[in-house]
Order: sequence, then structure tokens, then C-alpha cells
Amino acid sequence: MSILDWFNKNKENETIKEDRLDIPGDLWLKCPKCKDTIYLKDLEDNNKVCQCNHHFRISPEDRIKMHFDKGSFKEIETTIEAVDFLKFEDTESYEIRLKKAKQKTKHADAILIGTAKLNHLKVNIGVMDFSFMGGSMGSVVGEKITRIIENAIKNKYPLIIFTSSGGARMQEGIMSLMQMAKTSAALQKLSEERIPYISVLCDPTTGGTSASFAMLGDVNIAEPGALISFAGPRVIEQTIRQKLPKGFQRSEFLLEKGMLDMVVNRNDMRSKLSSLIKLLNPHYEKVAK
Amino acid sequence: MKSLDFEKPLDDLNSKIDELKQLSEESNIDLAKDIAAIEKRALQMKQEIYNSLTPGQVIQIARHPNRPNTLSLSQMICEEFTELKGDRSFRDDPSIVGGIGKLGPYRVMIIGHQKGADTKEKIKRNFGMPHPEGYRKGLRLMKMAEKFKMPIITFIDTPGAYPGKEAEERGQAEAIARNLKEMIGIEVPILSVVIGEGGSGGALGIAVANRIMMLEYAVYSVISPEGCASILFRDASRAEYAAEKLKITAKDIVALGIADKILPEPLGGAHNEWSDVAETIKGALISEIDHYNALNADQIKEDRYKKFRSFGKFKDPALV
Repeated sequence: MSILDWFNKNKENETIKEDRLDIPGDLWLKCPKCKDTIYLKDLEDNNKVCQCNHHFRISPEDRIKMHFDKGSFKEIETTIEAVDFLKFEDTESYEIRLKKAKQKTKHADAILIGTAKLNHLKVNIGVMDFSFMGGSMGSVVGEKITRIIENAIKNKYPLIIFTSSGGARMQEGIMSLMQMAKTSAALQKLSEERIPYISVLCDPTTGGTSASFAMLGDVNIAEPGALISFAGPRVIEQTIRQKLPKGFQRSEFLLEKGMLDMVVNRNDMRSKLSSLIKLLNPHYEKVAK
Repeated sequence: MKSLDFEKPLDDLNSKIDELKQLSEESNIDLAKDIAAIEKRALQMKQEIYNSLTPGQVIQIARHPNRPNTLSLSQMICEEFTELKGDRSFRDDPSIVGGIGKLGPYRVMIIGHQKGADTKEKIKRNFGMPHPEGYRKGLRLMKMAEKFKMPIITFIDTPGAYPGKEAEERGQAEAIARNLKEMIGIEVPILSVVIGEGGSGGALGIAVANRIMMLEYAVYSVISPEGCASILFRDASRAEYAAEKLKITAKDIVALGIADKILPEPLGGAHNEWSDVAETIKGALISEIDHYNALNADQIKEDRYKKFRSFGKFKDPALV
């Protein structure tokens, strides 16, 4: 180890110290954007949005609780599970990574799908979970998204998908790439049936996820400050050997570039979604029944 | 021509053969027998090398600068091939080319990546890494083909869609996503041939096809082995290992049920001998078009949809 490494190491320790105050019980949190110290309970009461408008990443359960009518979510297709068909191994085998992710998140994979009610309107929803292997899309995520789309074609309720994903799941090789085409293909069928699809892009939505179903909403909404990109900022900086400007590939930037219809604060999401669904849906009578 | 590092022993042998030939000419000694023996040995060696290629070596062949490319192949397999340019909203992207021509008895639309062979052309064509306007040009040409009832052929050969600042600003993700969705609804048959590198979403963006064929030494992957190694191992030198794990060779992609067919290349790879490969591709395409000619628009769309709907490997006890 050179002396320089040692210096770096010390620096790393320092940042960790800065991130979390030394108070037992994790009652306080530091906002990575405004650097203010926030009382955790206050943050939770505000749907995990800081006063500076920084949107913290949240679990699918929290999201469903925030945006949909109490107790209305019915999860479907709960039995599908990933398999390590390539026997993929990097620093750890895919099989073990899956096991750990399942233990950590208590979910079978990186998305929950089902039906729910939003201000009494029936909807089909998919909610991705970034904490499950970076929300990566393998065969299970691709299949579940396809099935919730097919569910929408059957029941005619609108579809809302909340994305949060680093892209395709490398551990499934070419099969994960093909999920991009599979989900987009199903969305084409949904379009033909004239059923509205609202894509809500949350932090982060990149790679194979942004280059497929996430960008294909009839209406594309993003939460404020979300990273949304095809190639990640690090890859681009390596390619062009230049620092990227502040705010590049964030929601507000994509809105300006014409890739999104709107950026909506998490606290206003429910009313915005229900209004859009009412306005767009040709099957509205059926949904409202 | 650039020879590949694993062909080095073969090169040494070949240069020996040349030396001997020269020697026999200059000194008037008959070395025909020895030369024939070494030539036989060289052929054997070539067969051995090419029968036991590692995935890492296959990638080198797939990336060879002299591999047949979209424009040359289009000229070789078509009569009256005419290039068409531009996305009609921003510019013409030279990384994706397209045009119309006559393939045997059929009028066809051809769209494909173009990497460029020499340095100047490589730069012009951005090493075959398209910007969003490339995908939008591709889609414009596909819609035109649909309108005039021409089968669509796409040639796949890209390291990936360009990860650059302007590409992001103009909506790289949206451009690829749109193609994936729109291609499923196209009413004419789409046939894709991976002729070199099938690099991730940048390849898939013009490869949502009824039939996917791969040249013998072509590769198709969700991420480049170098990229995979640097993300998972934080070490790009583990690329050889990643290439093995990712299963990217034509044989693997067929075994996984993604590609339908392997088109054989001559011994030593397509970069040595273009005309045989062009004939093979032409024959395969014509017989596929013969097949799809008998189907109507709905059947063609359903055929493509079913193919992509079936992709995925998972456990689902509810299906049993």
C-alpha cells in the first residue's frame, strides 16, 4: 500500500462520519443535497421529501402507501422467481446475490405488480425496487412488467409504472437485453388497445430500463432531481474526457430537452395521477365503477 | 491485413512458407515437397485454432476491421442498391446507414450499422456507435418499407449506442425505446443478421426481427465484456473471463433460443473472404423472405410478437 492510498482511506472514513450523526437509533439524517440535519420522523411525515425538495429513495411499500388508497393494493404474479441459468459468477455467484437481495428486501425480485385504487380509480401498477440488485431488469422483472401490461389489456384499467433501476441485469446475459424488447412489445399491444400508460421515472432510471418501458409512457412524469439517462454520467465522462455540467441528466434537464411531460413533487403525485387518468382514459366509466 | 494475436503461430508458419518459396526460386532448388508439407501443417494449425476459439478470441474476429460491413454487403447482395439518408429532424447519422435495392426477386429495405474500416472513416462513422438520429433514421426507413410493402433487412455491427453528451441530450434512451416498440408493430417481415458485434441496446434498437441470424464469429451481448468486467470486478482486464460468463458467441445465443440460425463463415473468418459470406447471407435472406411472403400482415406481426414474448428464463410454479 502506498502512502497515497493511506491518505485516501482516511478521507473515506471522514465522509462516512459526515453522512451520519453519532446519535443512537438513527433518529436524524443528513440530506445529501442541502446538508441539513433532518429529524427522521419529519422526513417520513413529508413522504421522505426534504425541505430543500430532495427526494429520498423509498421502498415499494412506502410508495404504494403514499400514492394509493389504503389497503387497495393486491399483488399478483407472486410466484415467479429468478434462476441462475448462466451459472454466472463474478466476485459472487448470481445465486448468492439473489439470495442476499431476497433476504434484504423481502421481495422475490426488483418489482412488485398488482392492481390498486387511486382516489377510488382502479389501476394496474408496477413499482420497482432499487434496493434489489440495483433494480436491475432480468427475466423476472421483464416477465412481470409484461404480465401487468397484459393484465391491463384484459381489465382495461390504466397502467402506472414507477421505475427505479440501473438497467439490464448483466448476470442474465443476453436474456436481460431481450427483456427491453419484450416489455416494449407488450406496450405496443397496450397502445393498440388505447389504454393509457403513465410512466413515473424515479431516481435512478438508467440503461436498459430507460431505453425501453420507462421512456414509453403516453405521459412521462419524473420525480424532482432523479437521474435519468441511457449511459451513466461516469461512462460519459470517460468517453468525452470532460466533466459534465451540474444537473446534467437530472429530471429538470430532461424536461427542458423534451423527454418528459412534467416533473412532479412526490406530495402532489397522487392528485396529478388521478387527474391524468380521468382525462385520458376512454374506458373511464368502467374504471370509476 | 491486421492479423489477430492468436493467429501468430500461423503467421510465423506462413512467413516460413514464403521464405522457402523465395529460396527455391532464387537458388533453383526444388522444395515443392517441403513446402507442401508445411502448407498442410499450416492448414491443420488453422483448423485447430479455429475449432477451439475462446469467446475472447471470437470477439477479436467479430471486431476485425476488415469484416464485411453493411454498405459493402448491400452492394454485393443487391442490384441497384441506393442509399437513403437523414432522419428528417436533426441530421444524417453516418453510424447507421440504409437504402433500398433488389435482392434476387425481391425489393428490400436494408438498414445497418456502419463502423468504417480506416481511421478517417471510423471517425466519420463514430466507430459505428449511433446517436439518437441514427435510430430515428432507421425507423423512418422501416415505416417507408412498410408503406411500400418491402421486407426489411437489418445488419447488426456496433459496439453500442454512443454514450456521449449530445446523444443523451437528444434522447438516446427514448430513440431506442421507440424503435423497440414500433418495430413490433411493423407489417412487413424484418430479418436481422448480426454480422460483427451485437452491442447491447445499440444493436437491439434495429434488431426486433422475425428472424435473427448470426454469422459464425459474430457476438451478441447485453454489455461489452470490458464494460462488464470493469463494473463487476472494477478491473477491465477480466474481460476474457466476463466474455466466457456472458455467453455471447453465435452458438451460445442460438442455444439460449434468441438467435434462430448460424450462417457459416469460411475457415479463418469472414474478413478473409467476403464473397462467400455475401452469397451465404443472400441465400439465407431470400429463403426467409420466401417463407414470410406466404403470410399476411397480422401473421407477420404475431410471429414477431410471439418470438419476443417468449424470451426469459425463470421459475414459475403457477405455470406448471
